[in-house]
Amino acid sequence: MNVLKTLAIAAAGLVLSFGAAQAEGQKTAKDISYSFEWPFGHFDREQLQRGYKVYKEVCSNCHAMHQMSFRNLSQPGGPEFSDEQVKALAAGYQVQDGPNETGDMFERPGLPSDRFPSPFPNEQASRAANGGAYPPDLSLITKSRPGWYGTINQLINGIGGPQYVYSVLTGYTPDDQLTEELKKEQPEGKYHNPYFANGHWIGMPPPLSDGAVTFDDGTPSTVDQMARDVSAFLAWTAEPKMEQRKRTGFMVMIFLGILASLLYLVKKKVWADVH
Amino acid sequence: MSGHASNYQPKSAFAKWFHERLPIMDMVQGQVLDFPTPKNLNYFWTFGGILAVMLLIQIVTGVVLAMHYTPHVDMAFDSVEHIMRDVNSGWMLRYMHANGASMFFIAVYIHMFRGMYYGSYKAPREVLWMIGVLIYLIMMATAFMGYVLPWGQMSFWGAKVITNLFSAIPFFGDSITTLLWGGYSVDNPTLNRFFSLHYLLPFVLAGLVILHIWALHVVGNNNPTGVSVKSAQDTIPFSPYYTVKDAFAIVVFLMFYAAWVFFSPNYLGHAINYQEANPLVTPAHIVPEWYYLPFYAILRAIPDKLGGVIAMFGSILILFALPWLDTSKVRSGNYRPIFKQFFWLFVINCIILGFAGSGAPDNYFLSHEAANPDKWALTYKLVGQICTAYYFLHFLVILPLLGLLETPKPLPASISDAVLARSNPSTAHVPAE
Ligand code: HEC
Ligand code: HEM
Repeated sequence: MNVLKTLAIAAAGLVLSFGAAQAEGQKTAKDISYSFEWPFGHFDREQLQRGYKVYKEVCSNCHAMHQMSFRNLSQPGGPEFSDEQVKALAAGYQVQDGPNETGDMFERPGLPSDRFPSPFPNEQASRAANGGAYPPDLSLITKSRPGWYGTINQLINGIGGPQYVYSVLTGYTPDDQLTEELKKEQPEGKYHNPYFANGHWIGMPPPLSDGAVTFDDGTPSTVDQMARDVSAFLAWTAEPKMEQRKRTGFMVMIFLGILASLLYLVKKKVWADVH
Repeated sequence: MSGHASNYQPKSAFAKWFHERLPIMDMVQGQVLDFPTPKNLNYFWTFGGILAVMLLIQIVTGVVLAMHYTPHVDMAFDSVEHIMRDVNSGWMLRYMHANGASMFFIAVYIHMFRGMYYGSYKAPREVLWMIGVLIYLIMMATAFMGYVLPWGQMSFWGAKVITNLFSAIPFFGDSITTLLWGGYSVDNPTLNRFFSLHYLLPFVLAGLVILHIWALHVVGNNNPTGVSVKSAQDTIPFSPYYTVKDAFAIVVFLMFYAAWVFFSPNYLGHAINYQEANPLVTPAHIVPEWYYLPFYAILRAIPDKLGGVIAMFGSILILFALPWLDTSKVRSGNYRPIFKQFFWLFVINCIILGFAGSGAPDNYFLSHEAANPDKWALTYKLVGQICTAYYFLHFLVILPLLGLLETPKPLPASISDAVLARSNPSTAHVPAE
């Protein structure tokens, strides 16, 4: 009986460390670490501000982010730009509004309450501009794409969504390093990227090159640095309440822990006379 | 409810006035406070209370979510994100509700295995057990329809695969799927009816839970010895003994639950469900939530669609017959040395079935490598088939035979005897029969 029980537990433990659903030939994301991992981790404000800059100046040319509004940029737990900065950022865009009293649509400068403007009016337009490939909305990308698999692995390390984005951005094989076989296979307008979830040919040209943006805090803008910053920023856009969640979590655990201890003592006392 | 006469004495004039018009306090006194309960229940008996609390949490969080949710294919996904981002504590409500469903299933599985080990389904508790199986079935339907509501990729494709199963039913199959869909594909009418039913079924569950507890209070609790209550010495009043014990267990369970909600809220779900449903793009792997995986494995084990559907539903419906399939008169597995081993084998088999349901059928078991179709290989499908066969073997062959062949250990004369023997092993001896 005990042997069997031990076996059951051993089997469960062993078995749990496998389990997978990875696409054929996809490379596991590079396991870089972020400040916001683990229960005590939180976002690095400067990193999110840099990440926003990369998104704004590079990614937003092709990718929409329709869950996000400018006002989110000044909310606690995010990049925490000042309200003035957010007003100025929003005002840098022209957005369509209306209809006015005469029934016409009109353009006005953006407000903090506006959503991030999308680069294309619809999916067809974005495909037409990107050689048929569709640049997905990035708001939730770090929550919808695992970087690695495995029942235990994901439990301990998370799903690796930010690492997935980082790996796609830094994982291109330069065209001149492709093997002859791959060159023959290469579809028109596609680039080799073994980290991409949907086969290793991606329709996104390598978006980052050294010095593509100039960071306000003087951080050197290497491809690696920009990829880290923008993937951290995308982790925040996917889960903007993460810091609040963890903070609340600690209070809840402490409260329940004390309550459980008290109840245990009461239980012991009440049960002392039974038997 | 019957079983126990209450000693309720209204204390104030108002209580007396009220009691003469609605004797509800009488029932509370008799059925909740004084209810005689075996004194040897272990912590596995706290899961009933835990389940009641989980149902309540699902209803409360669900009703508030429904205030902010929009059941329309163009808006459902964004309305859930609106809850996560803009509604005050909306992220907490949603994570409580989504993880609450998983916790509900963890608790119900422990509760059911408890019943199987201690023979709680045997006479006179057959009806109590069958109401439980019905609750489990309706829970599964509720959670399935809830999972469709956020209208992510897995919501949509999961709904499509599962509703499609009904088309295998001869003659009525197509009409049933059309009825479920409200049309000829999974679309807005489907989402609307699933929302409506997802709101309704938890209240049906609440009604069934009342019947379940009623049935419990007619026949009384089983206990770890499986020996029936013989005298007042064997029992203690439910309150304060089990109210504090249950409360303690509930709070510990809530800590386990909170750890998921606050520190790993998406682990038990599917990443791809954070991508909005797209009827034109099929995800690489369509897998149900973890709590359905064993049944999914059974479904896929049978090569024929109708056969798979019958096996899958059969694997749950067979639980209704369990009280008559187990031929042993001894309830508790503690006194059935051979049954006990088969019980744990059955548990392991269910866990392996879960893994068998999680991967692509033709991959090597526990790997993401496709198996060579020309050679014998241990694939997800094969493991699923072996475990499916064993699942039915357990109920249809092992349990009926064991009851006839096995010699049980001597039972304690009463619950009190068993308790005394445990707390004082040197002086007390286990009396024969
Ligand atoms: C020139 C337009 C363009 C720019 C600029 C661009 N992307 Fe892309 N991106 C695309 C296209 C097109 C795809 C879809 C590729 C495909 O499906 O083959 C894509 C795909 C992706 C994917 C993979 C999505 C998936 O489905 O797994 C990620 C991640 C991504 N982009 C992130 C970024 C980030 C971060 C930036 C800014 C640093 C960026 N992109 C800049 C066009 C662009
Ligand atoms: C037996 C109790 C219940 C179970 C097991 C259950 C289960 C679920 C599940 C699994 C989801 C999907 C969660 C996700 O991934 O987002 C869900 C969503 C939802 N449920 Fe329930 N539910 C229950 C009761 C209720 C009740 C009583 C209501 C409303 C009155 C409700 C309203 C909702 C709403 C509005 C959603 C969509 C929002 C969301 O996806 O988070 N639920 N439910």
